[in-house]
Amino acid sequence: MLELYDGALNVPEIITRWYSEEAQYNYGAYIPFIGTVREEDGIEGLSFDVYEPILSAWFEAWQAKAEPLGAKLKMAHSRGDVLVHESSYIAAVFSPKRRVALETIEKFVEDFKASAPIWKYDLKNGERIYARERSTAISGAGILGSNT
Amino acid sequence: MVTIEFLGPIQKAPLTLEASSLRDVAEVLKQDTEMAQWLENCAVAVNDTLVATLDTALKAGDKVSLLPPVCGG
Repeated sequence: MLELYDGALNVPEIITRWYSEEAQYNYGAYIPFIGTVREEDGIEGLSFDVYEPILSAWFEAWQAKAEPLGAKLKMAHSRGDVLVHESSYIAAVFSPKRRVALETIEKFVEDFKASAPIWKYDLKNGERIYARERSTAISGAGILGSNT
Repeated sequence: MVTIEFLGPIQKAPLTLEASSLRDVAEVLKQDTEMAQWLENCAVAVNDTLVATLDTALKAGDKVSLLPPVCGG
């Protein structure tokens, strides 16, 4: 399940609801990872653009990878502005036993950072500034600039 | 005609052009000085599927998307 929200996430509502949704499925482990905007370099917050068609396909591919392990993934992300000390991202994995959940959450979150089509901007002095130095080119990027 | 869309921080309106492969799209975009900073680091999707080669064929109505470096979370 992939959920997108305008603005900050309501973390207590989301993680409690996910817990309830899966309570009857005999999962022994539930690991949520919550990303919160930190006060840093004078920013007022962060802002996000999301390209939903490719994000959905990326998430579905991950669900398909998790399924044979008996695991289930959920994810929520913000669009638009999220202020300092608010949260913009939750990833969660449910699985029968802890080992799969621990390994899956790490791989999922790392691949999310490298591949999910989401762009981050710093909100500073009323401006929205692309966080270019903190961004990662998607694997296979650059073909339009190549000569082959 | 194919449509080229520029995602995220690339401040550019969509283009429509005649192209039979991504190679044709690359040739057009290389003429655009605004795009120089993006071509080396953008991933490319055709009809919302990422592609890996300039030889990717295009047909009328296709949508080509440029995805600059990402940073979710």
